[in-house]
Amino acid sequence: MATIDQPRSETAGKQYKVLGTRPIRHDGADKVTGRAIYTNDMQLTGMLHGRILRSPHAHARIKSIDTSAAEALPGVLAVCTGADFPDVKDKIAELGEGAVNLAHLSANVMAHDKVLYKGHAVAAVAAKSPHIAEEALKLIRVEYEVLPHVLWVLDAMKDDAPLLHDNVYTEELGGKQSDKPSNIAKHLHFEQGNVEEGFAQADIVIEREFKTATVHQGYIEPHVSVALWNQDNRLTIWTATQGSFTARQQTAEVLQIPVSNVTVVPCEIGGGFGGKISIYLEPVAAILSRKSGRPVKIVMSRAEVFEGTGPTPATFIRVKLGATRDGKLVAAQAYLAYEAGGFPGGVIGPGCMCVFSCYDIPNAVVDGYDVCVNKPKTQAYRAPGATQAAFACETVIDEIAEKLGIDPIEFRLKNAAKEGTRRVDGPVYPRVGFIETLEAARNSDHYQSELTGPYRGRGVASGFWFNVGLKSAASASVNPDGTVTLVEGSTDIGGTRTTVAMQLAETLGIAAEDVIPRVEDTDGVGYTDVTGGSRVTYATGLAAYHCGLDIIAQMKERAAILWDCEPDQVEFADGTFTGPGQSATFKELARRLLETGGGIVGRASVDGGGATNGFGTHIVDVEVDPETGKVTILRYTAVQDAGKAVHPSYVEGQMQGGAVQGIGWALNEEYYYDADGRMRNASMLDYRMPTAYDLPNIETIIVEVPNPKHPYGVRGVGETPIVPPPAAIANAIYRAVGVRMRELPMQPHKVWKAINSQE
Amino acid sequence: MSAATSAYVFLPRIRRVPSPPTPQLAAEIAALKDFEYAAAATVEEAVSLLAARGDSARVLAGGTDILVQLREGLRSVDLLVDIKKIPELTVLEYSPETGLKLGAATPCYRIYGDERLRTAYAALCDATRIIGGWQVQSRASVGGNLCNSSPAADSIPALIVHSATCQIAGPSGVRELPVEEFCTGPGRNALERGEFLVSLTFPPPLPRSGSHYLRHIPRNEMDIAVAGAGAWLALDESGRIAAARVALSAVAPTPKFAAEASEYLVGKAPTEEVFREAGELAKKVASPITDMRGPAEYRIHLAGVLVRRALTKAAERAQSGY
Ligand SMILES: Cc1cc2nc3c(=O)[nH]c(=O)nc-3n(C[C@H](O)[C@H](O)[C@H](O)COP(=O)(O)OP(=O)(O)OC[C@H]3O[C@@H](n4cnc5c(N)ncnc54)[C@H](O)[C@@H]3O)c2cc1C
Repeated sequence: MATIDQPRSETAGKQYKVLGTRPIRHDGADKVTGRAIYTNDMQLTGMLHGRILRSPHAHARIKSIDTSAAEALPGVLAVCTGADFPDVKDKIAELGEGAVNLAHLSANVMAHDKVLYKGHAVAAVAAKSPHIAEEALKLIRVEYEVLPHVLWVLDAMKDDAPLLHDNVYTEELGGKQSDKPSNIAKHLHFEQGNVEEGFAQADIVIEREFKTATVHQGYIEPHVSVALWNQDNRLTIWTATQGSFTARQQTAEVLQIPVSNVTVVPCEIGGGFGGKISIYLEPVAAILSRKSGRPVKIVMSRAEVFEGTGPTPATFIRVKLGATRDGKLVAAQAYLAYEAGGFPGGVIGPGCMCVFSCYDIPNAVVDGYDVCVNKPKTQAYRAPGATQAAFACETVIDEIAEKLGIDPIEFRLKNAAKEGTRRVDGPVYPRVGFIETLEAARNSDHYQSELTGPYRGRGVASGFWFNVGLKSAASASVNPDGTVTLVEGSTDIGGTRTTVAMQLAETLGIAAEDVIPRVEDTDGVGYTDVTGGSRVTYATGLAAYHCGLDIIAQMKERAAILWDCEPDQVEFADGTFTGPGQSATFKELARRLLETGGGIVGRASVDGGGATNGFGTHIVDVEVDPETGKVTILRYTAVQDAGKAVHPSYVEGQMQGGAVQGIGWALNEEYYYDADGRMRNASMLDYRMPTAYDLPNIETIIVEVPNPKHPYGVRGVGETPIVPPPAAIANAIYRAVGVRMRELPMQPHKVWKAINSQE
Repeated sequence: MSAATSAYVFLPRIRRVPSPPTPQLAAEIAALKDFEYAAAATVEEAVSLLAARGDSARVLAGGTDILVQLREGLRSVDLLVDIKKIPELTVLEYSPETGLKLGAATPCYRIYGDERLRTAYAALCDATRIIGGWQVQSRASVGGNLCNSSPAADSIPALIVHSATCQIAGPSGVRELPVEEFCTGPGRNALERGEFLVSLTFPPPLPRSGSHYLRHIPRNEMDIAVAGAGAWLALDESGRIAAARVALSAVAPTPKFAAEASEYLVGKAPTEEVFREAGELAKKVASPITDMRGPAEYRIHLAGVLVRRALTKAAERAQSGY
């Protein structure tokens, strides 16, 4: 086994029956037998197939669209364009993990007057077969006035850059606005202490510049939506989404219909990583359904996914750090320019918050810019904005440690953020487990082992991500056989049906297998925010816990009826109710509910608040082929604080999956554009995500420093593990061949070039 | 079976798909335009079908290039002529005396899976083992790899270093062509209207000979060569190089035979120095472009490195009798 559990002292005292075990996942049989229902499995009577016409240009004004020939094609039942979308005013909608301007959302879903990137949707067709729909797209005539485009953040910030929006102004701190429209939609500024004085105290100051590439979440399931707009104006949408309620809200607002008219049925989801929070197909399928009177399904191709849905941004980052001779960081400064894509509202905010979030630095300044470029609107991608920032910061940290002759883990330990550390954007940390992850990394078999051989090197990097709390609801009914049916609204991407069910089981003192979890649609469960922000096991788990407490309280009343005593005379512990001279297990009592007043339904709706923070440290050994620049990963270990690993296999899975995605960013993944602003590698062959052949076994070490805000100490674990890999690998390459890589991805030709220009 | 009725099947729209199509299948075929499908039973039948349709017809071997291209709208055809059912097209005949005759549609797995070919045509086995994964290798043919004529095709340098000859059937009979003269540009080749490749023949292996093909790809699987090199050499009794052939892929509009490098090697001792020099000479035939697979200067550099490595392994094999 790759996994070494190292429970820390804090949890050692707490004994759990269910938490920390590895039951078979509740949805396992459906998934391995191919019976799980994904959106593309939906087949409704009379269903039409929709296809979307997309812009061939990176930037153009739409002069006219003529759909008459497409409409006349036999088998075509509806055509829609931006003109079919209601005019929505600028309004900000909160989506849990980020906010969106509805006018921009609407124009992103279907271009209204301008196309802002190649692949931007301009029209859609619904026909009796996908084949006819495809033919119909070719009959749509779009007249474009092609405009100059801009593809790189620093170019887009120049005064004479092509302007994407004439109504976007730079928003400064305190609500001030630039007087001219600009591609720079926002300037963020955070500060603490006094950086000038800080740098003056430093014995060593290092300032470096970094570039990262546009990368895609790369979920295996392309976007798919099915919509049925019924005669009574009720709209049902089956879709692949991370958040059924946010999909409902966005769709309703873009279409300007009441949320209560929309039911979103979240089907099984084949990955999201932040990319399935924004809507794309839902309102298009809905409009086509309204126009045709039939259900409409739209499935994206892989190229459409790359070109038309949210990647995460390319960035330019400058980081300056100062430290004293004995290795104490005294000052830090960062400049971060993040591409937003075609519309404002990228991931610059968390980028700024995360750049120095691992360290206790008294004096720091961070400036961030949200910049429009002619690429797809960027979206969240696993710890959105943090991986880019960590690549920059953690590489400079490594360089300082090296120059000072201090072991990179020791250097981090000297400066590690801990309880009471104030992050540059304000918050003060509660109890966090960063120091413990560093210690576990230092003591690991991997770090203690010797790495020998030419062109080999070991790198270390750390990473941070928030756990957003947000809102979750759950209800549960007790069955006469003592099992409990749990209804939740969190779409299950990482095994959360099981981790949430396990928390209910722990609370009720029953087995994980005795809870039957179900993810319900927006009419079947209370409001629940997105599956994102590393929140579900934390916040929906919290809802399940409270739901369990509600059930116990109600069961005590039933026991009191049976035992002819007061409810407060009934105690509950270890799955057993005890009253005066009587006792019954949960199962025994469950059997008697119908004779004591009927079934029991527990319910809870919680706001998880700002949850807490997750830290991780990764160690990687690489070998570089000096003649080709190709990097081979020899060994990889991820260490992370999980608070409490509810189901350790899923924690390991998250750590491994995140590390693998980060390795992809590090080595090969990028959007490769030609001079006309067209992505040239919009396929899985040429986009080059890592395959199983490119990866070693990812070893994992789970550290458990309980989250003080959760009854079981749970911290979110999903996102942090993507943050350290690029920096860890860059640091390892340096130790292997002596070159500092400051641009992602670090493809063979770049590493070769760096080695070559060094000699 | 008469060609007119059973072998030549007209396919209106998507009717070839089992009905009702599964949703996945329906979505997948969405982008495919109508085309007709004909399974030729003989070489003559294939020639007449192809000759009658000209550019709007294409041969279908394993389909691992053509079907992908059709689906992605990179190519459009009115007729696909399936050649897999013609017996000559899937032969694999070998003897140490006469060499190898390979039907153009023979799938890759049969080549690298044949023990007899492992040492005799090692570079060809190396190349067929890395074309796609095993699913692709179960269908993909060397003839298809050659006729698709991609500059990055993995089997072509191997065919060149093994001195393969093409047998091409056409309206005026069968003609032969050395494989290095087959490709004329990216996606273009020497086939004329009505012609198709029937087989490839390889001279018998020489004693003390060895060969190797390798490529550079950023990933370790599922990738297109940034540069590739094939090398073959035969040693004389004293251990010097008696004959050698070097070829490159992905560094020019077509795979290239590196004549100067090959000639340079003759009479030399198989040393690292010599192989390095051969690599330098081979670079002269490289004229790559800069694209998403890598910058031109890097590809030229790789050509030298890969040729040296290919020769080193080929020599090891020649010496060890692999
Ligand atoms: C996932 C995947 C991975 C791949 N990996 C690689 C790789 O690593 N290296 C590599 O080189 N290729 C790779 N390919 C491309 C492809 O598999 C190979 O080029 C393969 O050898 C093509 O053979 P085929 O029999 O499938 O050809 P087909 O697709 O049937 O035909 C290819 C072309 O040649 C023509 N043609 C075929 N046979 C003849 C003939 N006898 N006479 C005249 N014309 C003919 C066809 O009309 C068509 O234009 C990959 C493809 C896929 C889908």
